Order: sequence, then structure tokens, then C-alpha cells
Amino acid sequence: MSLFPANSGPTVRAVHDEFHGDLLEVSMGPQHPSTHGVFRMVVTLDGEQIVKLKPVFGYLHRNHEKIAENTSYLSSMPYTDRLDYLCSMTTNWAYALAVEKLSGQAVPDRAQYLRIIMAELTRLVNHSCLVGFLFNDLGTSFTPLLYAFREREKILDLFESLSGSRMMCNYQRFGGCRVDPSPEWLAAASALVDNFPRFLDEYETMLTGNEILLARTQGVGRLAAAHAINAGITGPVLRASGVDYDLRKVDGTGFYPRFEFRVPLGAHGDTYDRYMMRILEMRESVKILQQAFKTLPAGPIMDPKAKLRGFRPKAGEAYGRLESPKGELGFYLISDGSPNPWRYRVRPPSLINLTLLEEMCLGHTIADAVVILGSIDIVLGEVDR
Amino acid sequence: MENLEQIRDRLLARFPAAQVAIVVNPGSAAEHSLLLDPASAPEIARFLRDDPMLQLDYCSNVTGVDWPEKEITDIVKKSVPDPAGGPDKVVEEKTKRLQPGYLEAVYHLYSMARKHGSVILRLRTGNRSDLVTLPSLTPVWRSADFQEREIFDLYGIVFAGHPDLRRLLMWDEFKDHPMRKDYVAPDDFEWEPTPHGDVHERAKAHYPAPPPAASTPTPEAKP
Repeated sequence: MSLFPANSGPTVRAVHDEFHGDLLEVSMGPQHPSTHGVFRMVVTLDGEQIVKLKPVFGYLHRNHEKIAENTSYLSSMPYTDRLDYLCSMTTNWAYALAVEKLSGQAVPDRAQYLRIIMAELTRLVNHSCLVGFLFNDLGTSFTPLLYAFREREKILDLFESLSGSRMMCNYQRFGGCRVDPSPEWLAAASALVDNFPRFLDEYETMLTGNEILLARTQGVGRLAAAHAINAGITGPVLRASGVDYDLRKVDGTGFYPRFEFRVPLGAHGDTYDRYMMRILEMRESVKILQQAFKTLPAGPIMDPKAKLRGFRPKAGEAYGRLESPKGELGFYLISDGSPNPWRYRVRPPSLINLTLLEEMCLGHTIADAVVILGSIDIVLGEVDR
Repeated sequence: MENLEQIRDRLLARFPAAQVAIVVNPGSAAEHSLLLDPASAPEIARFLRDDPMLQLDYCSNVTGVDWPEKEITDIVKKSVPDPAGGPDKVVEEKTKRLQPGYLEAVYHLYSMARKHGSVILRLRTGNRSDLVTLPSLTPVWRSADFQEREIFDLYGIVFAGHPDLRRLLMWDEFKDHPMRKDYVAPDDFEWEPTPHGDVHERAKAHYPAPPPAASTPTPEAKP
């Protein structure tokens, strides 16, 4: 007796049937290693060419905003770590920035410097890992990524010794920072930063001139500047298209106007330019960090008037935004005078940078779509919130 | 950049039929916003984007806010003459009124060309139940695409003219709008309809139900 009934075998369709030559719909994800998390793309193919691509979100949705609206301002701070779990220092800062704008709170000088130090170290972590992941998507199985992880571990060790946690740092507070680094910590961080260009040189020697990288990324996934501006693309993806818009320069967030650095711009807006933006931005971040360690002032790290527990900003609203490694990270808060925010909104750069994913991928193959997605740099904790 | 009063005056001169009002933000950020009437919002948005003085080409943040109806108590102080002939008494008269609720869409605009901002636009729906349609500004700023879908998903504002208005984060079969203030989460999400309903149904039929146990004979009633 057969285990299966006779009609349960696989259906083999003749090639010359009426469906031949039709478009093929491929559902990539949510469980696919190249989508960097639980992200799904419904790709329609004509042969190998992509003719339509629809992103599908929500697999990591936990309604972060609703949770934050039902708890106090301070309790949301550790929860913002989980938005962009690679860059918790900048998500913390963006939230603190919005709350400080809402309540009109001052931040002492030393805390401003520490914030910039943490944000730029985070940028080094994010960009070096992103380049590693991009090469994973290109097919170099893990070698560049492990070079990046080697450096990342050193920075995460510093974060751990300072804040108690490698990735979920929960470091910033309204009106300052939580812990003051010791002189030994600063010396170790400064030595790491001074050595970082050597890692970048090594990394670039290995990667930048690589023929596979050149062949697979130059001219792939072009993004025109006018399109990118209209679609609200921000961060290195926008600057790769040649638009000079860096919030560190435009808004002058924190003490950034006190530092000398340049904003690298791309010329073609393709995947290769997006790769180069990350490398060049890391070199600029090293410059900022070296200046910051030289000029770090002494003093308190918390505003003495800052009130964390029982914190009730007066009624009003504020939108605070910050140049996070992925783009413009904004927090929009409405207070009604109670201990909980009436409205708490995260403006996620990862989600909005995906707006033009379809336009970038049209006409390319699925293998290119994977690389284009890798060059946009998304984190699903932030996309789905 | 011009201040908000100048922008409002220019808009009113250019679009005489439009209603534009300034919503004051009492907080310390003092980011005041422009309240537009939904009918003229798309043409005003297009004007703000293309006007050479403003060039607000970058729509950064789009979000919804829920303002449920609330009871407001107005206190009016009245002086009543004392019948005994003494000085007038001050009596507080309390009247209660119901402020109708509405949903709000907020747009934060900046200019990448001129590097200024922000100008904040607000659109309000008629109520929270049936008059929830607002014009979509996605044809003006593509960056509102996913964000308006998210507002439609979580707040229930219907954006007329949006090219692809579907739920963004919740699944398609979901019925309610979770970011509304009066939303009550179900006790058990297992009972919510999901795309996997037919899987569960098929699993039930995968093995036929066991035959009913042999019914035990009921003891006959004694006469």
C-alpha cells in the first residue's frame, strides 16, 4: 500500500504551456540571510530582470510608539536602544535631544563632547560592519566582515566598560550623560582611534580596488539626486548622490560646529559611491574623534537642574533630529503636561530610505537587488519599530 | 527664511479660497505650525515645494496624532449681589461642554536646496469615525509614501489620492487602529484573524477527529 494517495505527487508542468513566458513572482524573505533581518521583498521577474519590487514590512513590529506613550519619558530611554541595535548611542542621543528641546534643558559642555565621542565611535562601528555585510552580500563569505568585527569588538569593549553593556548602552540622559569616563578609558579610546586609520588602510587595500566589487557595484542601483531629495532619502545614501546635506553641518547639532571635518559627496549615486561614502565618513569621524579627545573639557556631565524622576515637561511639542549613521533620525514628541508623552514618534531613516528601493532595482537582477539593499543600510528594529 | 506669519499671509494672498491658521506651540521649542484646510492642502503643498523663496523640497517627518473628544469645564466667575445687603459675592459658574475629537496629520518640511526649515503643516479630519479622509501629499513629496501608509494603518486616516494605500505594519486582515488612544488590545492574539487561518483549519482536518467515545448507557430511571 502506498503511503500517499496517487494524486499527491508534484505537478510537473510542460514548458510549452500557456504560462510559459509569463512573469515570475519571487518572495524573498522574511527569513532570508541577505535581507538583514525579517524584511521581505516581493520581486517580479521577467527572465532575470526585475520589473517590479514591493517591500513588505511589519514582521518585527511591536508598536514601540504605543509602548513609549504608556510609560514615562525616562523609561523609554533604554527602549530606544532596541530601535537601531547597532547604534544605541545615537538613538539615545536623538531621543535625549528631542526631550531637551521639549523641556528647554541645557547640557553641560563635557556631556556635549562625550555625546559627540560616542556618536562618532558608533559611526565607526556601523560603517565598518555595514561594509562587511555588503561584502557578505557580494559573496565573500565573511572575511571582510570578520576584519570589521575585530575592530568593532574593541569599540564595544570600551562601551561595555563605560556603560555596562556592549550594544544596549542606555548612556544618554536628558541634560547630560550617565557615566563619566575615567582618564584610563579616555586614553584607551584615544589610542584606539589613533590606530583606526591603519585598519581602514588595511581594509581598503583588501576591498576598494577589488575587481568583483568594481564589477558588481559601479553603475548598479543608480539614484538621481532630485529623486532622492523628493523621497526623503537621508544619510550616506543621499550624499552618495551628490546632495550636500549633513545635519551635523546644517543644524549644527550639539557642538559639531566646533569641529573641523568635511562631508564627502558622491558623483554617481550608485552602489560603489555608497560604499565609498562609508569609508570616507569613517576617516572624517576619526578626525572628529581626535579633535574631541584633545579638547575634551573638564566639568560636570549632568545639568544640575536636570530632573529625571517625576519629569513632566510643560505642554507643547518638539521635533529633534540627529545625523545618525543611517540618516536623519528624528523624534517627535507632544507633551500634555503629564509624566507620559501624549505622542511619541520615531522618524526611522531605515524605513524612509527604502522608499526608492524599487526604482533602484528595476532592470537589475536579484543578485544586484541584494547588494543594493545591503548598500542602503537598514536595521529592522528601526524599520518596523 | 520668512517667519510663519509672512508665509501665512503670502499663502492667503495667493489662494484666497484657502483657510490657513497658525497653531501656537506653547512649549519651549516654540515650533509653531500651519493648520490647512484639507481641500486646498495639495495645491498649497505644491506651492511651498516649488516657491523659489521657500523651496521646501524635503518632507522629513509625517505622522498622525489622535485627539479624542474630551470634556472641558469652563469656569465663569460672576458676582452676585448679596440679598442681605452686604458686598457682592463671587460665584463660580461651571459649564461643561464636549470638545469633538479629531485625527491630525503632521508634516515637517525642510529645504535641502536652501538649508532652512522647519515649516510644520497640520491637517485635521472632521471626526474620528466617518469623516477621516484627508488628501494625500505623496504626489508632492514621495517621502510621505510609507509614512502615510503607516498613519492609515495605525490611526485610520484615509489618504485620498495615495498611489498604494495599504496597511504597512499590521497584517491586512487586522481590523482596528492600534495607535488610537481608545484602542484596547485583545486578550489573546491567537484569536485574531491572521493570514495563517487556513493553515490552522487544514491542520484540524489533517487527522480526522477521533471517533466519539462509546456512549455510556444512561442508567434507566427507576420506576
